[in-house]
Amino acid sequence: MSIQRPPIDISTLLRFERKSIAAALNLLEDRRPARQAQALALLDDLTAFPAPAHIVGMTGPPGVGKSSLISRLIEIAACEDRRLAVVAVDPSSKVSGGALLGDRGRMQVPPHAPVYIRSFAARDRLGGLSREAFAAVFLLRHLCDVVIVETVGVGQSETDVVHIADTVVLVVQPFSGDVLQFIKAGVMEIPDILAVNKADDELLARKAMADVQAALSLERQAWARPVLAVSAATNLHLEDLDAAIRAHHHHLVSHDTLTPKRTEQTLAWATSEVLHEVGRRGLQTLGGPDGVKHFWAQQPAQWSERHRLDALLGSLHWHHTHTE
Amino acid sequence: MKEEAPWVMRTYSGHSTAKASNELYRLNLSKGQTGLSVAFDLPTQTGYDSDEAVARGEVGKVGVPVSHIGDMETLFAGIPLDRMNTSMTINGTAAWLLALYIAAAERQGVDPKVLQGTTQNDIVKEYLSRGTYIFPPGPSLRLTSDTITYTVTQVPKWNPINVCSYHLQEAGATPVQEVAYTLCTAIAVLDTVKTTGNLSAAQFTDAVGRISFFVNAGLRFIEEICKLRAFGQLWDELTRDRYGISDPKLRRFRYGVQVNSLGLTEAQPENNVPRIVLEALGVTLSKNARCRAMQLPTWNEALGLPRPWDQQWSLRIQQILAYETDILEYEDIFEGSKVIEAKTIEIKRMAWTEVERVLDFGGVISALNYVKEQLVASLTERQRRINGGEQVVVGVNSFRETATSPLYNGESSSILKVDEEAERDQLTRLHAFRAARSQAAVTDALSTLREAAVNGTNIMPVSIRCAHAGVTTGEWAQALRAVFGEFRAPTGIGGAVVARVANGNGDGAERLEQLRSRVRKSADTLGRPLKVLIGKPGLDGHSNGAEQIAVWCRDAGMEVVYEGIRLTPEQIVASARDEGVHLIGLSILSGSHLRLVPEVMAGLKAEGLTDVPIVVGGIIPEDDARELRAAGVARVYTPKDFEMMKILSDMVDVAEAAHA
Ligand code: B12
Ligand SMILES: Nc1nc2c(ncn2[C@@H]2O[C@H](COP(=O)(O)OP(=O)(O)OP(=O)(O)O)[C@@H](O)[C@H]2O)c(=O)[nH]1
Ligand SMILES: [Mg+2]
Repeated sequence: MSIQRPPIDISTLLRFERKSIAAALNLLEDRRPARQAQALALLDDLTAFPAPAHIVGMTGPPGVGKSSLISRLIEIAACEDRRLAVVAVDPSSKVSGGALLGDRGRMQVPPHAPVYIRSFAARDRLGGLSREAFAAVFLLRHLCDVVIVETVGVGQSETDVVHIADTVVLVVQPFSGDVLQFIKAGVMEIPDILAVNKADDELLARKAMADVQAALSLERQAWARPVLAVSAATNLHLEDLDAAIRAHHHHLVSHDTLTPKRTEQTLAWATSEVLHEVGRRGLQTLGGPDGVKHFWAQQPAQWSERHRLDALLGSLHWHHTHTE
Repeated sequence: MKEEAPWVMRTYSGHSTAKASNELYRLNLSKGQTGLSVAFDLPTQTGYDSDEAVARGEVGKVGVPVSHIGDMETLFAGIPLDRMNTSMTINGTAAWLLALYIAAAERQGVDPKVLQGTTQNDIVKEYLSRGTYIFPPGPSLRLTSDTITYTVTQVPKWNPINVCSYHLQEAGATPVQEVAYTLCTAIAVLDTVKTTGNLSAAQFTDAVGRISFFVNAGLRFIEEICKLRAFGQLWDELTRDRYGISDPKLRRFRYGVQVNSLGLTEAQPENNVPRIVLEALGVTLSKNARCRAMQLPTWNEALGLPRPWDQQWSLRIQQILAYETDILEYEDIFEGSKVIEAKTIEIKRMAWTEVERVLDFGGVISALNYVKEQLVASLTERQRRINGGEQVVVGVNSFRETATSPLYNGESSSILKVDEEAERDQLTRLHAFRAARSQAAVTDALSTLREAAVNGTNIMPVSIRCAHAGVTTGEWAQALRAVFGEFRAPTGIGGAVVARVANGNGDGAERLEQLRSRVRKSADTLGRPLKVLIGKPGLDGHSNGAEQIAVWCRDAGMEVVYEGIRLTPEQIVASARDEGVHLIGLSILSGSHLRLVPEVMAGLKAEGLTDVPIVVGGIIPEDDARELRAAGVARVYTPKDFEMMKILSDMVDVAEAAHA
């Protein structure tokens, strides 16, 4: 098979030229086979370059202020000239397939700041991340200092973001009852940092913080999960939030856990993609998660995650047609 | 029988420069108009000087620019302010324009104590509909509270706020929603004033009595009559029960009216005259619910800005109602009508339920997103009904045949063309004004303004000082932006809208299904799902059209990027670039399309995005539409294009053609 080289010059990507980044992401989304091949080639080419970005997931119920908080983090990053990308995911309508992508409307970008924002519809992934969105993050992490992924997350089924983020920030708002809900739903296992937003009023925030802290107090972990009362509206404790996010990154790096964590996440992602595509029985034919792991390790070193996934799913279809 | 004095008759006007508007006002007064209603241009309303970059092309367009006290003095030259009743449609910068008005009066030798008039000053409906807000809700309500607190003692005949239902109906509100959300706003304002504790109990009682309303009246005029009665009764009960006002006079629902304009059509525009007459009749017919003041739109409302003759025609409608008919000779003619009574009670009950829902959210500010979603949903429903023929609009979706009109031939000669020289004139005067003032006095005044903003002392005295010192509108607003920050209101398009549209029946639903499958198929041509950007460049706050297009595009299966109002062309270009959209749709109703569309196109070209087609919608006169198409705009839509399915399927065509 002769793969046409991607029509995108990697050096323009590495220079953070947003026009090129957009073209690359258009390519990653393009389903036409020739374009898909180019997209895989592009991602493979990028594996030769480091992926320095810290990937931060911002998740939480609708309307708690995720985008508004990201806007403030953008401001802070811009002051230090850090390159930042946002992947903002909004749900798709089950009826029409359409989606309203409104997050960027809440994000102010200071003029000339190196910031790239891209919205994705969740498409057939319930409030989670589409394959295209994952691919986008795989690409962006070679180009930026920080990639922030915004997803709506209210239940266990909507936690795709843990498969991609180094650091997960769960955003809630005071008195919403969310916290109790989360504990029940097991969502509390997920975050590395908890942000209680709309704490415009310290008094309000304190009560909600108490709830959250109570929920977390049982755990014993190397990383003591910070709970912060913040306000995107009044700029309350936002520097602290930024610092906590960076501290978690530092924690991962200094404990040498970042790389193994990412490997584990990638495998979990691949497994969930298999489940999405062919269900439990399909996964079994592959030998379960261990089979996935085994398959993964056998692929050429220069293949990107996205490329390996394609190969994996390809082998599956093969299995399928030939075992039935 | 003794005739009642007629309501105050006004014409909402202002354009080009303070000087040109002053001449217009004097002409209007000579025609028997009994009060003034000032329309400001968008830079003035959103707190920018005429020479700031965002103001370019908007100066003097939809209203008069007032950048400093010199403009304010010119605007009222030869009009004695002690004898005038002036209504100013000003909100985000209301405190400032009131300060300029007071300062101008002082320079005329008039004691502010005798000034009569109204500052609109209702920020909540700016967030929900009108779009000329600047600061976040907290500081904005504080400014409102400051103006109320100040005027109650210092300008006692002034109506410091006109709580507006007008704009809610224009954004789609049903009568029940209109009543409910307006009362919620009044509650938010009065609660704020009360909690500051700056007024004594007696003064607070006066303040409640000073609250007036600005109401809409549509074509279903029986229902509207009942709505107004419901409004009056609820206000009476609310001020009594919530604020303990015992004097019934202070609980009276005092209101002015502008009648419905959303229903005025571009097609067969002469039909708008009977519409306006009927709407005006609704708010004048019954004595117990009669308006205090009225301004009417004109027959050419949906075409563009009215000329003096068009406005004269609408003033004559008011005069015929007041002076030729016998409506002012009778006591309330609906008193005792069972039908009116029952409908009134129904509206009251439903409206109060909705008020309580909003109060449960913690009040209208906490419920902003919810309320906005309700309005967008209602407008979507209206749009769906018109599209499906369930709601008849004569000349638009029914009875469309027409003889050649001697009044209107489709060209822009039947609207007001604002002189392009006016902007330059304004800039020259502004620069001269700045050069002549004492910079030290300005700096000094601005620092006291900043101090007051930070430490919470009343903004009015320092603003009046700023006015006299020669501070400009942009400087005043900038000083406060630095302290308060800026706000972006919710777009409301994410609400429960889909289901309602999708549940449309019959032909409509089938056509929507067909369209959805077309959109799905287009992904084969495009390689990925059709993604569009709906953009609102410039200071224009008319969001209805953009919101509807966004909602319907989503319901047709497209992925829609929409970021709300007041974006610069640069921001729109950056979004289009980052998002990789297949099509850009711009919505512009403020009249500045000939500047903004080319700016967006130039920006796209600079980014190498020449393959992204543009469609434009809004108030675009046919000659301008030709110009835009010649410049490369793929399609231009105006209000007469009410068929959403047609617009949407065009958009798919345009996107596919560009990316084939
Ligand atoms: C409703 C309305 C308002 C509401 C707006 C509520 C809102 N949130 O949108 C309120 C009351 C707040 C308002 C205020 C003002 N208004 Co006004 N308003 C109107 C009115 C009556 C109807 C507009 C409307 O919403 N129509 C319904 C929507 C669904 O239709 P539409 O926008 O035309 O969209 C259709 C098509 O045009 C097209 N379309 C539109 N956009 C797009 C985009 C795309 C991508 C596509 C494909 C299609 C498309 O498709 C739609 C479907 O049919 C018009 C007159 C009229 N009858 O048209 C005046 C009008 C637009 N307003 C006008 C003015 C001057 C103002 C003010 C500036 C007055 C002032 N000096 O303060 C203020 C301030 C507003 C601001 N911040 O900019 C003028 C504009 C004059 C001009 N262009 O020269 C008009 C024409 C009235 C007039 N004759 O004076 N207004
Ligand atoms: N009072 C207050 N309001 C806030 C704060 N942060 C955000 N908001 C408001 O909350 C609403 C939702 O904010 P977004 O940032 O869009 O929230 P989100 O979580 O990204 O919302 P979705 O993407 O729709 O799930 C907006 O009206 C914001 O103005 C805050 O700190 N205080
Ligand atoms: Mg968001």
